[in-house]
Amino acid sequence: MSSRPILAAIRFGYGMGPRRAELNPGAILGGLGDGGEVAKKFPVESTATAIAAMARYQRLKKQEKTAPGAPGGRLKQARTDLRRIAGLGLVHGVARILDTPAPFHERLMWFWADHFTAVAKTRVLRAAAPAYLDEAIRPHITGRFSQMLKAVITHPFMLNYLDQVTSMGPNSVAGKRRGKGLNENLAREVMELHSLGVGGGYVQKDVRELAELMTGLSFSRRKQAFVFNPQMAEPGQNRILGKPYGGASHGLKDILLALDDLAAHPSTARHIALKLAVHFVADTPPEGLVDELEATYRRSGGDLMALYEVLLQHPDSWGELGQKAKQPFDFIASALVSLGIAGTQLVAFPPRDLERLLFRPLAAMGQPFMQARGPDGWPEAASAWITPHGLAARISWSNAILRRLGGRVGTAEEFLTTTLGDAAGENLKRAVARAPTDFDGAALVLASAEFNRR
Amino acid sequence: MSRINDARRRVLRGIAALGCSAAASPFASTLTLASVPTDARLVVVILRGAMDGLDVVQPRGDRSFAKARPGLIGKAKDLNGFFALNDNLGALMSLWKVGELSFVHAVSTPYRDERSHFDGQDMLEAGTAMDVGPAAMRDGWLNRLLQVMPGATGETAFAIGRENPKILAGAAPVANWAPNTNFALSDEGQKLLLEVYHDDPLFSAAALEAIELAAVMDADSAGDMDETSAVMQERMRDGGGNSQRALAAFAADRLNHDTRIAAFSINGWDTHRNQAQGLKRALERLSETILSLKLGLGGNWQKTTVLAMTEFGRTVRENGTGGTDHGTAGAMVLAGGAIRGGQVFGRWPGLAESDLYDRRDLMPTGDVRSYAAWAMREMFSLERSALEGSVFPGLDMGANPGIIL
Repeated sequence: MSSRPILAAIRFGYGMGPRRAELNPGAILGGLGDGGEVAKKFPVESTATAIAAMARYQRLKKQEKTAPGAPGGRLKQARTDLRRIAGLGLVHGVARILDTPAPFHERLMWFWADHFTAVAKTRVLRAAAPAYLDEAIRPHITGRFSQMLKAVITHPFMLNYLDQVTSMGPNSVAGKRRGKGLNENLAREVMELHSLGVGGGYVQKDVRELAELMTGLSFSRRKQAFVFNPQMAEPGQNRILGKPYGGASHGLKDILLALDDLAAHPSTARHIALKLAVHFVADTPPEGLVDELEATYRRSGGDLMALYEVLLQHPDSWGELGQKAKQPFDFIASALVSLGIAGTQLVAFPPRDLERLLFRPLAAMGQPFMQARGPDGWPEAASAWITPHGLAARISWSNAILRRLGGRVGTAEEFLTTTLGDAAGENLKRAVARAPTDFDGAALVLASAEFNRR
Repeated sequence: MSRINDARRRVLRGIAALGCSAAASPFASTLTLASVPTDARLVVVILRGAMDGLDVVQPRGDRSFAKARPGLIGKAKDLNGFFALNDNLGALMSLWKVGELSFVHAVSTPYRDERSHFDGQDMLEAGTAMDVGPAAMRDGWLNRLLQVMPGATGETAFAIGRENPKILAGAAPVANWAPNTNFALSDEGQKLLLEVYHDDPLFSAAALEAIELAAVMDADSAGDMDETSAVMQERMRDGGGNSQRALAAFAADRLNHDTRIAAFSINGWDTHRNQAQGLKRALERLSETILSLKLGLGGNWQKTTVLAMTEFGRTVRENGTGGTDHGTAGAMVLAGGAIRGGQVFGRWPGLAESDLYDRRDLMPTGDVRSYAAWAMREMFSLERSALEGSVFPGLDMGANPGIIL
């Protein structure tokens, strides 16, 4: 059994390395406010800036079409800008992990990012993805679940991803004028994925009613921001899970009230409790932990800090390591931690290296950055990730990153100790000792089951 | 396959197995590799996101069709006077004409009412009915097929691509690989790695398979650079590792060797808005996939059945945003030289409001599992009891629809 500080670093953080010691379990919760500084040090561009860059690119592309050659180098520059803005999500996202004093904060960020998965529908839109995380998720990590839910459901990136921006009441002013109507995509996923969970007690009629109520959630091209547009809102009251919302018409406050009610629903408490326990503790989590999380959610009205406190203090959270496989993003981030790379060092890598060492390997391991297949996000089960080609990609990457660093990791035994401490098994220790070179030994550590599990 | 190549394989497998004492020794599959139990090939393509069967195989002869979708109906090619094929599958009309393409309409899995993609796909891949909860659907039906196929080995079935599809998950050994996976380790490195993984079944199985597959791929491409491998390499060059064509070419290459069952996915069918655009892209991918399989399989195409199926269909009426929402029954695509082509199978329920499921969706009149079961019965000469008892537990296959020649 590993010691608690080592277990804490691996299970609730991104592991250990020369710049990152084990985690003191008692101090994790108190450190949660510390996520802000590192986000300022490695910022991403706002939605407004991203949209401006997209508009510039599209304008120049159109110009190029009508008058080939006219935009000159500006078109290429605009494309490069877009790629850079989109890429900050991953590069600065990992840099934050490397430099943060509060790794659990970053783990939670990515947990919620996955819970509220949103994917750019086009290559151009990818520039807006990092802002979505920093604007809708990050500010609410230590708040109430309902706040995060409302921030997500009113964020342009999510509204676009799940088609809400195009949904309008068939009897609304805009709907009648344009002959358009409802799209129930986001309403369904709000119930199924974001709050109640499938089997959480809603029926098709509730989805339909929520879709009607949610009409009006929109994006203003002029303001380049979220707006509630009453012209799109379907008139009439809507009844969701038995409760009426709105009157002859509805406004934003009625939608937010429905989201608050969904957040407060007992099915949501169970759903969130289970997801937290599965993500952090085990693919099949201990019942006692899930029950306690659920009870705490209900008692506290979805106070996330109260949930994290249970997660960190419940005895069932401290079972043996190895019950989960790190997802590719976490594998790469924790390997960079183990190699002692600083955030500033990572962001100074030339774009070609970042492509070769971050973007492409993530895709090869099965997790292209912020491009989950659907709004249900990435799978949790270890068996979904440790496949022949997935594992082969991890092993190849371990060799590639060590080559890139020119093998500056000290002796293989030291590397094993700083990286895994007492979490290393006997087979691994023996193999590292027998490895022909320190390079080979370090590659074995990164490829090992102990390092790839948590 | 030449004898030299056989020998080379054994050597490579031997190297791969050094230092390994795990139960799943790669030697086992070396010994049984030659005894492939069948010559028939089955390719299952999962169309993720709920394909709109009504837009793909359009019931132009149904008077309610045009009324339900005034904004959606685009160009189509007549199939049989009643149904017409979406123009974006036009490249497949040549297959239809020579009897290598058919459809089944108004079919679904037993999944009803909640219309969740994720549960719907789980049920499609598990091959179970509503009486089994999503959590209990761990094995895929193609894996259970392997369990009832005498002589099936680890390379009989291949899951292709970077996802790990549930349809092939289960107790029977299955190969899993993505084209263009770069994997090179020294012999010494492999040995140490397998020692490190020794006590972790998940990691040691994945590593063994990776080493073995990398060796087999290596041997195949070195040994018989025949036409199909050349085609495949060319395709992979211009298509990139992730493209649909690369997947199909890779599948064809494996099926020309020891593999008899392949499964992979085509995404992008969730057309809630601007369906004309979204469906066009997805149909082009489907069409490319089928044509690449035919090209890559060469003479083996005549022994091949392709089943393309989706988790559920979409609403009969178009929604307010030029798309369709989640529905119930849809269509299934059949291709290959082994099928009875030029047919739209299934019983048409009609599109009048009273004929619809929940007054919104196409009414299912058949179960996709029965068609899959009949295909497997005819192709692999399996007992009906094995199909109804193990592969699709509790299924009543009904009468033979005659989809296989």
